[in-house]
Amino acid sequence: MPLKLIVLAKQVPDTHNVTADAMKADGTVNRGALPAIFNPEDLNALEMALEIKDRTDATVTVMTMGPPRAANILREAMYMGADAGILITDRHFAGADTLATSYTLALGIEKVGDVNLILCGRQAIDGDTAQIGPQVAGKLGINQLTYVEEVVNIDKKAITLKRTLGRVSETVETSLPLLITVTSSANRPRTFGAKRLMKYKKARTSIEAEKEIKSSSTTGEYGMELLLDEIEQKKKVLKSKGLFIETWSADDVGADHEQIGLPGSPTKVKKVQSVVFAASELKKVEPTPEGIREMIVELIEDRTFG
Amino acid sequence: MAKQPENVLVFIEMDHGKVAEVSLELVCQARELADTLGVNVDAIILSGTNVDIHGETIISYGCDTVHTACDGRLEFYETLPYAKIVSDFIRESKPQIVLFGATAIGRDMAPRVASDLRTGLTADCTDLQIGDHEDKKQKKTFKNILYQIRPAFGGNIIAAIITPEHKPQMATVREGVIKLSAQDRNRNGAIKPFENIKWDELQFINTVLERTIHEKKVNLKGASIVVAGGGGVASKEDFDLIKQLAATLGGVVGASRAAVDNGYIGKEHQVGQTGTTIRPKLYIACGISGAIQHRAGMDQSGKIIAINNDPEAPIFNVAHYGIVGDLHKVLPMMIKAYKGKS
Ligand SMILES: Cc1cc2nc3c(=O)[nH]c(=O)nc-3n(C[C@H](O)[C@H](O)[C@H](O)COP(=O)(O)OP(=O)(O)OC[C@H]3O[C@@H](n4cnc5c(N)ncnc54)[C@H](O)[C@@H]3O)c2cc1C
Ligand SMILES: Cc1cc2nc3c(=O)[nH]c(=O)nc-3n(C[C@H](O)[C@H](O)[C@H](O)COP(=O)(O)OP(=O)(O)OC[C@H]3O[C@@H](n4cnc5c(N)ncnc54)[C@H](O)[C@@H]3O)c2cc1C
Repeated sequence: MPLKLIVLAKQVPDTHNVTADAMKADGTVNRGALPAIFNPEDLNALEMALEIKDRTDATVTVMTMGPPRAANILREAMYMGADAGILITDRHFAGADTLATSYTLALGIEKVGDVNLILCGRQAIDGDTAQIGPQVAGKLGINQLTYVEEVVNIDKKAITLKRTLGRVSETVETSLPLLITVTSSANRPRTFGAKRLMKYKKARTSIEAEKEIKSSSTTGEYGMELLLDEIEQKKKVLKSKGLFIETWSADDVGADHEQIGLPGSPTKVKKVQSVVFAASELKKVEPTPEGIREMIVELIEDRTFG
Repeated sequence: MAKQPENVLVFIEMDHGKVAEVSLELVCQARELADTLGVNVDAIILSGTNVDIHGETIISYGCDTVHTACDGRLEFYETLPYAKIVSDFIRESKPQIVLFGATAIGRDMAPRVASDLRTGLTADCTDLQIGDHEDKKQKKTFKNILYQIRPAFGGNIIAAIITPEHKPQMATVREGVIKLSAQDRNRNGAIKPFENIKWDELQFINTVLERTIHEKKVNLKGASIVVAGGGGVASKEDFDLIKQLAATLGGVVGASRAAVDNGYIGKEHQVGQTGTTIRPKLYIACGISGAIQHRAGMDQSGKIIAINNDPEAPIFNVAHYGIVGDLHKVLPMMIKAYKGKS
């Protein structure tokens, strides 16, 4: 049996490259205008998983919880080398905090079953909490190691890795199953493989497959049964070619509706403010010896230097 | 029997033989919150050796009872045993608020504890306040709950997060955002061992084959003057100007990420969201644009001098003294002026 690896990945707005187009007139960010990308450190987690796959017998599945369009990052993961993708999507997940999100992801991982190693990014660049990894491990009742930089060795039972926790760098050996979070300094994520891109750009979630059939069909409402047949047929074909992206709802993973989405989230966002430049009282100082001398004298007198 | 008071609890982190600075900051913050709420401040500290002397220090900053778990097995942080002890302590002592430093260890352990207790956790807070919350849908008002204020979205927004219906309300708090209050060596407090550790349930399953402890070389946080250089410095050689001014003023060298990325100076000098947060008496920003992520680490400084050749640079919006000009010319003038005057 090959090692079974799961990478957890999130689609995020590109908050690190806030360009002028994404700014509103009042100087705040228009979130809708930011492109949706693969969370950067999740690419490092995926690369680490693929490196393990390169050197031993392993399968890599990428799992995301998010809206249907998050399937894009699953396809990207497959272009890089992932074997499969799983999309967990349901409008009941809306408003989830990290407790509800980790509950849902843990159920997804349990549904896959017998996973040896789970890899997360250290932190997502929108929520910025870095809480999902440890909380998924907590929900699964397994060990975790955060801030991992390198996997030195791995086999069915044990793993040796390097991590840095604040001022302490450690080489740690521990047993599997395990969840790790991976930092951006760990590696350089590979680019898409051309052949893989050609193949996996045809990968579809069941939502996408359904939509495509419906939009190309000319049968009206009364042809519903025919349509459903066609959809099942299409899914079968996708599956046989390894191009089907498993698509799970809250009920598919057996979620208790009290523990997902808004009802399952103890934290609430009370208020959000965009950061605007707070103007201070600015004294202009001329870039001349006199101007600068005056400033220095003022600072000596008010004891700023003392 | 009287109802157990719902205290404010601080997890104390040890930083290689000393109490971590952030933990003392949290004790000061907890004292303020507890006074507003009319309750006590508790602290819990896990350590490999006896920590009673540290207990005194923690009390002097405003703690009422320091609970200790000292055992050789706890010398180095390991997630599973640490999280289990802290979770069990919280179950037993039932605090209404629990605070952790937003350090590597705090952010590794706190999520696990919150998940175990099935409560909320707010990450990386920069401010905490007590206030009321009116829930319009439920027509209910929650009195005296914790407003947990934090940046998110890459620093572009500030959110106030609340945990109205779950106890405890938990948060990790960033280092350097709370001012240490004055120490009171005569404060009374108790130091008590936490007796109910279920040793047989603790899982020590990591074997550390090698461990290196890096020295903290720069003391940015302790400095009262910081001279910082950014991407506007022309070269690594020119960065010496920053060092010279710092040496002249008796300050410490800081840097923006651009300066670190350019290889002018090590990452331990970086100020900002992913570097250190500081509030020196004087901050001198040389050739630093003033990106949001940089300002997050320095905009609370007492006085800010900005030197930049672009009059529109955002750094001028937080500065008290603005010099529009070439830093390579301005810095030598400053060194000369200071040497001439002091
Ligand atoms: C302004 C704002 C502030 C917030 N503050 C808090 C808060 O303080 N506390 C809180 O509990 N919630 C908070 N939330 C909600 C939180 O952002 C969401 O629960 C989010 O789904 C997960 O958190 P994160 O983005 O911080 O992920 P992180 O915990 O930073 O993500 C770490 C890693 O977990 C994995 N991962 C994360 N999300 C997913 C996913 N959906 N699918 C697959 N893998 C994933 C990835 O590998 C990722 O790199 C906040 C939301 C907003 C908008
Ligand atoms: C998630 C995230 C976290 C980040 N964390 C941090 C952080 O912790 N700290 C941090 O600093 N950044 C951080 N950044 C990066 C930040 O966004 C900026 O890119 C960075 O601060 C830019 O540094 P700078 O202003 O020195 O350089 P630049 O943007 O290159 O600006 C150089 C400035 O120097 C001026 N200048 C040029 N020549 C001269 C001259 N001869 N004399 C005077 N002025 C001159 C220019 O007008 C300009 O304003 C982070 C970014 C992200 C996305």
